[in-house]
Order: sequence, then structure tokens, then C-alpha cells
Amino acid sequence: MKTKKSLAKEEAAPRLNFKTSWTYQPALESTAPARIAGRYELFIGGKFVAPAGGKYFPTINPATESKLSEVAEAGEKDVDQAVRAARAAKEGAWGRMPAKERGKYLFRIARMIQERSRELVVTETLDGGKPIRESRMVDIPLAANHFFYYAGWADKLEYAFPARRARPVGVAGQIIPWNFPLLMAAWKIAPALAAGNTVVLKPAETTPLSALKLAEIIQEADLPPGVVNVITGAGATGAALVAHPGIDKVAFTGSTEVGKNIQKAIAGSGKRCTLELGGKSAHIIFEDAALDQAVEGIVDGIFFNQGHVCCAGSRLFVQESVAKQVIRRLRDRMETLIVGDPLDKNTDIGAINSKPQLEKIESYVKAGLAEGASCYQPECALPKKGYFHRPVLFTDVAQSHRVSQEEIFGPVLAIQTFRTIEEVVEKANNTPYGLAGGVWSDKGAKVFSVTSQLRAGVVWANTYNKFDPTSPFGGYKESGLGREGGLHGLAPYLELS
Amino acid sequence: MRNKSEENGMGGQIQEAGAERARIPVLKTYKIYVDGKFPRTESGRYFQFKSPAGGWSANLCECSRKDFRDAVTAARGAFAKWSKATPFNRGQILYRVAEMLEGRKAQFVEELLHQGLTRAQAESEVAASVDRLVYYAGWTDKFQQVFSAVNPVASSYFNFSVLEPTGVVAVLAPEESSLLGLVSCVAPVIAGGNSCVVLASSRLPLCAVTLGEVLNSSDVPGGVVNILTGFRKELLAQFSSHMDVNGVLYCGDSAEEIRKVQTDAALNVKRVSLQPEQDWAKAEAQGPYPILAFQEVKTTWHPIGN
Repeated sequence: MKTKKSLAKEEAAPRLNFKTSWTYQPALESTAPARIAGRYELFIGGKFVAPAGGKYFPTINPATESKLSEVAEAGEKDVDQAVRAARAAKEGAWGRMPAKERGKYLFRIARMIQERSRELVVTETLDGGKPIRESRMVDIPLAANHFFYYAGWADKLEYAFPARRARPVGVAGQIIPWNFPLLMAAWKIAPALAAGNTVVLKPAETTPLSALKLAEIIQEADLPPGVVNVITGAGATGAALVAHPGIDKVAFTGSTEVGKNIQKAIAGSGKRCTLELGGKSAHIIFEDAALDQAVEGIVDGIFFNQGHVCCAGSRLFVQESVAKQVIRRLRDRMETLIVGDPLDKNTDIGAINSKPQLEKIESYVKAGLAEGASCYQPECALPKKGYFHRPVLFTDVAQSHRVSQEEIFGPVLAIQTFRTIEEVVEKANNTPYGLAGGVWSDKGAKVFSVTSQLRAGVVWANTYNKFDPTSPFGGYKESGLGREGGLHGLAPYLELS
Repeated sequence: MRNKSEENGMGGQIQEAGAERARIPVLKTYKIYVDGKFPRTESGRYFQFKSPAGGWSANLCECSRKDFRDAVTAARGAFAKWSKATPFNRGQILYRVAEMLEGRKAQFVEELLHQGLTRAQAESEVAASVDRLVYYAGWTDKFQQVFSAVNPVASSYFNFSVLEPTGVVAVLAPEESSLLGLVSCVAPVIAGGNSCVVLASSRLPLCAVTLGEVLNSSDVPGGVVNILTGFRKELLAQFSSHMDVNGVLYCGDSAEEIRKVQTDAALNVKRVSLQPEQDWAKAEAQGPYPILAFQEVKTTWHPIGN
């Protein structure tokens, strides 16, 4: 623990000037490995087919605003074809296949993702705007690992649920968001297939490419036709999928608003559903935490993937006694963050995924200022083209402010202070959401006291934003229904009798 | 007039007037059970239960939406402490409920007789209800061990998933099984640390009220179980749409009601568990899975160093 005197000295120290220090040379990843085709069709029944309506929509690189490719827009007819193909596969080859063979296909997919990882990494960064470092270190390897993990479950399901016989639910309609495109596809497809289901997957309209490349892999892996179908399109395509009478289950990751609409749309239909929705997760820093590490955790918690993370630590609670130092160190750390070209290996914060999302973030920043919060942004330069946003800190934030109540899904952190455990638990839980949380303290009993009181599905102690295929993920309250990952992620795809 | 038959609520007898005066039995007022107390409905309304065999009746509270809101407030208040009670303690308390029910068997048998069961059916239903409570008393400190997990993540963290109760659960109790069905639905909900607001069977409401009295004498903290009587038709929408209710346990087979419950559940992403009318005496009607229906999985990451 630092003495009061040394802390006071730290506060009084002159501000560091980051503008005079050395800069990084650009370290751009080549775009060639992405091998993006000019046009992508729908993947239905094992084949790439043109959409019935003949419509295509562009997918753009948010860092340059240039078109990467065009992608088929699936209409109701296409959705119907895809669901029929999935049903046929479920009743046919896939349904009859011994579980261990099913598992081998999943292992094969995992391996092929690893083989084509560079292609997928670059594609993901081009299509979604996330820093190449994150695509390479997080998204793609985790996606492969997810398939590898669930592959092994396929022939072991009878051990997962005591005294129950586990059978596949049937055909799953799966809708995924744009923040972790390939990883979310893996989260959805791997457990569904391991459990013996077939799927129709709809990737987000701004980031369809990696899922279509996954479709290529699935085709190349020689899965029976129709086991996995990938249909691209926007909200209307998703709604058609949810409404289709031929699906038995919906799995959705996205906003709480859309999740509620889905829950409502399938009411009374007998369809099952898992929802992985929004969050406004509390990140709590106690005075006895290792503050430099905590600052790294805060940065990772809110600026990872431009803050486009459902479990982002977007509400920071700092114990009053160390608030000044933490905010100061955080500002200093923010000065060193590099916002820019996602293809650059030095980039910390890439492009905002889309123009509407950028506008949403900007409107929240305005709302925060209008409601009286104080705003801080580093003075980093932004690229001239593309959708970029500087990281933002809000201090002087009240519980009632929109920036501390609503999910922004961008690099915007709302900071509040607290004195006691009781107070911070109360504040942290005072939200309709309950996805995640973080606690920093060197006192073990305090850590577990707080983690056990947080009403949230994932809690990180002295770390943040870690993920693993074996680790169940999902929310309390309005953050969702069901879990993805681990043993608990199997249950939603099984009928237990 | 109530209790005209020989067999009245307390099993006593009323003799003809004029003969030497027998003792006048003390009749029970069927009230509701909210926050560990036995109020009447704030609405002042009542409905009459008439024994199918005739000759016996009772007036019950026709609860209002305000009664439901009050009960949710009570359940929310009780949740904090009950959810943190040790599983061992919850098991002891559930076992205590079984003991109290066993001791008041005769009263439940009488009520079941009034509700149209034969004596043999009534006795077997009460016995099965006691056994079911004992069964769930035994699960309180075991389901966590069976269904939680230590997750072998590929990094330097100790990662574990535990089960925690969902919160306040609204229970639309079975219409056709007034005691065993009710116990089979409520026991797993509270065994898992949730609190609940229950709407008793509208057609067969007697045992639910008396079960409230059993719960109240069994160290179940006030507010953990709240039991209302009234009409499903009127209250269903309140049960499914209240924004401080986290889950709904719906018992029944009405497609229309299920659609309504599931539609309203979307307002705040309530967890919905459906139970058809069924033979609650069968072994498959119990198990750890009804407990899991209202459990949340919490995963904690903790560094273990390199």
C-alpha cells in the first residue's frame, strides 16, 4: 500500500507529455490473405446458391468506407429453403450419424479454421473494423477452440445430464451480432451440432464475410448438406427465420430490444430460445487493488473491440480514496492508446463497426454532456476516412444519467465513486442488466464477497474480458436467457427426458 | 350458511338446536398469506368455495392486482436473505415444513374431502406431499454439487460456475392438484433460494391457504412464499407482466394462457417454466431439474498466477 504522502506526491506530479515521445512506424498487415470474392451467395443445403429475389447488398470496410464485396440478401423463400434443408439433414444423414462421427466433423472444422486462420483474421478485421491484434489473438483462435471443445462432447452427452436422456432439439435458427462475427458463429454452431441439431445461421449484415468463409470450410469439410446453412441479410431476414414454423429453437445474440421482440414473437409457439443480450457491466476498483494492473483491466474492459462488447465494463466504480489517482493514471494510459487503421498491428482501438453505430455513440456522448457529466478524451489523431471515435471518459456521472444506465456499445466509460462495499454493490446491481462485472482488490475475502453479491452471469476478479470455450457465458435479468460455452452451453440444444 | 353438514372444517359436529347445547365449533376464516402474515384481500372481495358433495362452503379472498403487487414487494424483500441462507439451513427449514404438514395431516385430509377426493385419495395425497417436501429438503445442499462446474480454461485462471437463484418467481399453481401439485411446484422454487408469489388453484383453493399456515409455523421467513387466492383469468396478466418478477412457473394446458405468459415475459426477459397438468404423484414429477428451472449460472474468473 502506498502511503498518503506518496499518493499526494503522485497527484502533484507534472502531467506526462506523450506527444514528444517516440512514435510507432506503421506495421500494416497485408490484405491479400483475406482473399475476398467479389460476390457471396447464400449457403443452403451444402451449396452456394443465388437468392430467390436476386438482391445483393454491399459489405464495406468501416475503416475506409470502401466496398469489400456484395452479399446475397435472403428473403422469405430463401429462409424457407434453408430451414427445409436443415430439417432434411436432421431427419436424414446428420440425425442418423453416430455421435462420434458427428464429433469428428467438428474436430475437422476446428482444424480447418486453424489452417485458414490468417485469411479469417484479415477478413474479420477488414469487414468489422476490429484491430488485427484482437482478431489474431482472440476472435479466430477462440472460434477454432470452441469447435474443438464441443467436438468432444458429441459422443459424451449421456454424462452431462444425470438421470436424463438427451436428444437434439431439432433445427436451430441462430442470429448473431457484428462485434465478434466468427466467434459468435462458433458459439452458436458448435454446441448445436455437437448435440445433434442442424442450424440456419444468420450473420449480421455489416459483418457477413467470416461466416460465409466458415460456410466454405464446412463445405470443404464435407459435412452432409443442410447441417449448417448460412443466410445473409438484415433484420427482416432474421425476423423471417424466427417466425418460420420449421425451426424448433432460436438462439440470438444482440441487443436487449431485439431479444425481447424475439421472445415475444415466439411466445406460444413451443420454440425454445436462448438470448445473449446487452449489458451495462460494473467494473469495481477497491483502494487495495494493484492500481496499475487495474488500470490495464479498465482499459481492456471498455476499449477492447472499440467497446463493442456486450459484457464491456462500461460503468466504472472507483473507491473514493483512490479515485483521483485511478482517473489520472487512466487518462495517462488513454493518451498512449493508438486509434487508427485496424490492419496496423500497433492499433489499440480500430474502426467503429458502422456509420449508424458511430452516430449512436456520438449521440450518447452529447447526452452525457447535456446531462452534466464531465467528458475527457485523449488528443489522438483520427484517420481522415472511416468511422472512428476517440475513447471517452465521463466523470461527475449520476446513477440516473443515460450514460450510466443505457448500453452505448462503444468506447465510452462512465465513472462513479463509492465508499463502502454495500454502496457499490447496490449501485452495481441497480440496472435491468446483469451480464458481467469486474472486481479489483488484493483481499481475497473482499473479492469473493463482492463477486457473490453481483447479480451478473460472468464476473472477473482482478482481470476482465477473458473468454474460453469451457467457460459458461450469459446474463441474469434482462441480459439474457441460458448460457453459451462449457457444459452449461449444451443444455439449450438438448431435449432432456 | 357454512358448515351445515356433519363434517365441517374441523371435523367437529353440529347437533340439532334444541338438544343439549353441543360446543359450537370455531370456523376458520380462509385468508391469504403475504409477508408472513394473514391479511384479507385489500379489495374486500370474496368468492365462495362450495364442496362438490354439497353442504359445506367457505368464503375465500378474491385477490386483486394490488394484492399481487404487495406480495411481490414482500417476496423481493425476503429474497435477499433467503437467497443467502445456507443450503443446509434451507434444507432444515423445508424438512421442518414436512414435519408440520405431517402433524396437520387430518386437516388437509378434511379439506381434500371437501374438494371432492375420497378419503383414500386424500390421505395418499397428503402423504405424498410430505414426502415431496422431504425430497426437496434433501436437494438443497446437493444440486449445487451436481450441477456447478470448475471449468478448465486454457489460461492462468481458476474458473468456476455456480448456481444462484433467479429471484422472485410468480407461480400459477396447478388447478387440478391443490396440495401435491402446489407443493411440487413451490418446493423446488424455494429449495433453490428463490422467493415466490403463488396463485392457488381457483377451483380448489382450500389446501393452499392452510399450507400457508404450515409454512408460517415452519421457520420459512415471511415473504419467501406468498399465497394468494382468486381467479387466474383476472390475475394471470399481473403475474406475467410485473417488472420486478424474474420468472414465471405456469402450470396448466391452456395454449392461450401460455401464449399470454410468454408474451408478457418478454417485457423484462422473465424465465418461463411450463408444467402441464399431470399426475403429480409419479416419480418423474420430482427431481433436480425443477430446481434448475429458476437458477442462474454465475461464472467467476480468478487469476492463479503463472
